[in-house]
Parts: sequence; structure tokens; C-alpha cells
Amino acid sequence: MKKDFMQTAVITSNVQIAKATFEMKLDCDATAVTAPGQFINIDVPGYFLRRPISVCDAEERTLTIIYKVVGQGTDAMSRMSAGTELNILTGLGNGFDPERSKGRALLVGGGCGVAPLYMLAKKLVRLGRAVDAVLGFNTKDEIFLENDLLNLNDLYEFGCEGFDEAYYASEIYDKETQPDKDRLQRGSKPEVRVAVTTVDGSYGIKGFVTDAIAQMYGTGSEGNDLVPYYYACGPLPMLRALKKSVGNRGELSLEERMGCGFGACVGCSVKTTKGFKKVCADGPVFPAAEVLEEV
Amino acid sequence: MSAQERKTSDISVTLSGLKLDNPIIPASGTFGFGEEFAQLYDINVLGSFSFKGTTREKRFGNPTPRIAECEGGMLNSVGLANPGIDEVIGEELPALRKIFKKPVVANISGFSIDEYAYNCERIDKEDGVGIIEVNISCPNVHDGGLAFGTSPESAAAVTKAVKAVTAKPVYMKLSPNVTDIASIAKACEEAGADGLSLINTLMGMRIDIKTGRHILANKTGGMSGPCIFPLAVRMVYQVYDAVKIPIIGMGGVSSARDVIELMYAGATAVEVGAANLVDPYVCPKIIEELPKLCAELGIEKLTDIIGKAHR
Repeated sequence: MKKDFMQTAVITSNVQIAKATFEMKLDCDATAVTAPGQFINIDVPGYFLRRPISVCDAEERTLTIIYKVVGQGTDAMSRMSAGTELNILTGLGNGFDPERSKGRALLVGGGCGVAPLYMLAKKLVRLGRAVDAVLGFNTKDEIFLENDLLNLNDLYEFGCEGFDEAYYASEIYDKETQPDKDRLQRGSKPEVRVAVTTVDGSYGIKGFVTDAIAQMYGTGSEGNDLVPYYYACGPLPMLRALKKSVGNRGELSLEERMGCGFGACVGCSVKTTKGFKKVCADGPVFPAAEVLEEV
Repeated sequence: MSAQERKTSDISVTLSGLKLDNPIIPASGTFGFGEEFAQLYDINVLGSFSFKGTTREKRFGNPTPRIAECEGGMLNSVGLANPGIDEVIGEELPALRKIFKKPVVANISGFSIDEYAYNCERIDKEDGVGIIEVNISCPNVHDGGLAFGTSPESAAAVTKAVKAVTAKPVYMKLSPNVTDIASIAKACEEAGADGLSLINTLMGMRIDIKTGRHILANKTGGMSGPCIFPLAVRMVYQVYDAVKIPIIGMGGVSSARDVIELMYAGATAVEVGAANLVDPYVCPKIIEELPKLCAELGIEKLTDIIGKAHR
């Protein structure tokens, strides 16, 4: 049976970090979150349904979420103070699989979808992957996590949880596109690079995440081998554009209005190439090839 | 021993000869085929449970979004998403039997009288099924049952067709989206129904005031949750007056207090729906609380209070 599925978490901080965007830290057993991209479902007093929010980071007893105020429930959350107790369901859904990438990983986030990329980037760095993150926002005021991701370069040792010597020695290793094996060794300073795009051009690259990816890897054609295995979370139009421009070698985190968050109500179903799936329990992360296809 | 000295009360109930350890039955559509909840607690503590409404064909259901919220409840327009009768019998029921040892309530839906009969005849042969609950009241699918549940004639026609092909007790699940639920209940009873389940969800709608558009892709959805509880109490009360067959009451039940109230109105057993989605442990909590609350209220046997509000 699932342990620590329902918990009482205590808010330790709840601060605004960007336009309508808040970071909440919770004291609870965060070890129930086992993969980046999983989510928690929060009972907000006064509202019937729980609020599903993706996990930004989970370390021992500190669970961090970043959420956007989009309605009355999240507005109520934004006004909660430290010390408030929250009933949460935690460790929900299936997250990203960091092991699937080799050498270098591409992380793509749009708006609030940037949040789960932090825990993922941290895990990837520890597993010995170079990380390219592309964060897309509408405008400068909305930007968050850019510096936190860059700070991973100083906080962690590259490959401290594993370093794939065999990969670098193998034929798949491509000197042009993959990390420099002479510099990136177990224990070396990591290589996290961050590009930010804004639709209005008020910061970073003007345009969409796909524009930045085309600039970085010199192309936008589908199935291009120069583009590393990717992990993406963001609005559907962004995920569709990403699939169209760089193909299916990656994982997509989907979002849908949920009833329960643990697979009971079938409210959040999605058609996939492998049949009908529940975004909450079978996802939210799916192999890119399986979703947003005509089925 | 006096009532006050009793530590526990008898909370077992009987539905058409089927004895349940307690009256608590998670409602169809909020409990899947039990698998998700079996990972959280031993679901054998339940009286029974009603599995996801099953049709002949596999169904995705309505387009998403199909969940919305309201004060004290929610709306869903899932639209009978289910694996279809073949997969339910071939895969879901064998898996269910491994985690649930008691007879289950089979919730069956359909789009024609023939389909109801076909599905019920198939499910009637399944050993693990104790009761067949026939949904003639799904508000989310055009002609997906609601039409059958909104007139006494068509409700009776489905009942007759289903009774002709089944040996197990048949409970007709009624819609609250009607002007006179008692007349439909009576028609089902006269057509041979062994019992009734009520109420299904109330048809509702939400509009996002930022976009001015419907929140549910299906526009309308079935409303459930504590906000509909008083309506359920009233309808169970009215139907109890109209028929002699047992009633499984439901509609916004989320506590042991609600269970007692609905039983006073006339329910023999009680289904718990939307509450499972926000508190997955709500059913075992109610089952633990019930004997204590009974003792507190001086109720020795829970069955003593069925319909006792009628005086």
C-alpha cells in the first residue's frame, strides 16, 4: 500500500517570485515524491476540489511548489501565511525519466510549466548530464527560475550520482553535440545553460521556445540528431510546436482539469497511441511519440 | 445491557437477500474498479462498491475539460468513459476479484434497450457480481440513459428487458432531473425492479467569466457533492413513500451523519460518490465512525431507522 499518500504539510514560506507567480515551501515528508514532474493535490479550505500543483523540488522534509494565481482557489493559496497546515495528497503521477537522456539533455518549459524543470535539472546534473534549459514566457515580469537553474552550476558536483564512462567511450558519443568529456568529469563543475524567451521581446530571445531551440542547435527540422533528448512542460500549443519542430525524441508533461488526481474519476483522460490514458495517474509525463497525435 | 452501555451497534444491512457488513458503497464513477483505492486501504472493509458504468463498446467519453467546480461540489461531463463490457469481464473483474472478496455492484449503462439487456445478460453470469445497478440516468451522454430514466414508460421498458435476462437483483438508478421521481420509481417497481438507486447527478453548467465560455467542453455536466445532499434526502423520502422495494440512497454523502440522515429518509444502503475524490479515505472513516455515532444516538441496529422519518 502507498505510504504517506495523504499528509498534513505545514507552510514554511509563501512568497511572490514573479507576476501572479508564487513559490510555496512545505514542511512534510517530501520523499513520497520520487520523480521530477510528479505533483501534489492540495485541499484548499473553502473549495471542494483539490488543486493539483507540480512539484518544483523535493528534498527530505522540504517540498517546493511554484504556482500561478489563475482563479479563486490559487488566489486563496497565495494569501496563506507560514505556519498554515495543508492537507495534501503527494507523490502523484508518473514523472520524467532522467535516465533516458545521454550526455546532454534539453529542458523546455513554458510559463508555469517551468516549475518542475528545477528538480529535473538537479537530478540530471547529479546523473552526469549537461543541461540546456529553454524557458518561455510572455513577458519579462513573468520570468522565474532562470537564476536558480544557473546556480545549480555552483551547488552540485557533476555526476555525483553516476557517470556513464561507457557512454563517452561509445560510438554514439558525438563530439560536436555532446558535452566535452575532457571537461565534464565526475565531480567537475556542471554545465547548465539557460536561454529565456519572451513573446514580447522584453527579455532574452524574442519569440517562442522553438525559436530559441532553432538558434541553439542551428535547425528546427524534425528528428534532428543535433537536438538532445528533451523534457518539456507547458501549454499545449507549445508542446505541439515542439513536437513539430524537433520530433518525438523526448517526454511531454500534459495538463488537464482533474477531479481526484489519483486515477479514480477518469476526468482527465487523453487519447494516446497506446489507448486512453489518465493524465493524473498514467501521466502527466508521457513519451512524446504517444501523445498529441491524431488517434 | 442497555443501549447506552453498548460500545458498538449493529451496522449490517441486507439488500435483496445480500447481507452487507455495513451500508457503505462507493458510487459508480468515483471508484473505478477499486484498484486505485486498494493501494490506499483494504477495500474489503466496504459494504460493497459500484464499479464504473459499463457500456457494450469501449468509450473515451466526452472531450476534456470535463471537470468543473462549484460551491460545495463539482460538475463532471465524463460521459461514460469505460473499457467496454468485454474488457470489463475479461480483465477488470478478474483483477477486481483479487483485491475485493465481497459481491460487487455492477453498474451497467446503455444506448438502447437491446444494449441494456445484452450488457446485463453478460454481467449476470459473473460470480463476483451481487447486484446489477442499471443506470438509466446519465446526464452526460445524449440518449445515454437519461432519456430512459425521464419517463415512467421507458424506465419500465428497460426494467422489463433487463429482468427478463437476469437472475441477480436489479436496481434501477434514477435521475433527479425529472418532475416526478416517484412515478418513475413506481413504474420500475411494477416492471419488476428489485430495488432502486438514487439520485444520479443533477444537470448543471458553469461559465468562465474571464472568457465568457462554458468550462466543460460538453457545456453541461452532472453536479454532485455536499451541495446536492438535501435534494437527495427529499427524493429518497418521496420514493420511499411510493415503493416497497429497497432504496440505495446517494447524493452528496460525505459523513456518517449523512448516512444516518439518508437512512431515516428511507435508504437501506448508501453510496458515497464525489467525497471519494477529495478524501480517498472517506469511506473507511465513515465505516469506523458509524457504530460510534449509532451508539451516541441510541441506535442499536442501523436497520431500525430505515424510513423512520416517515411518521
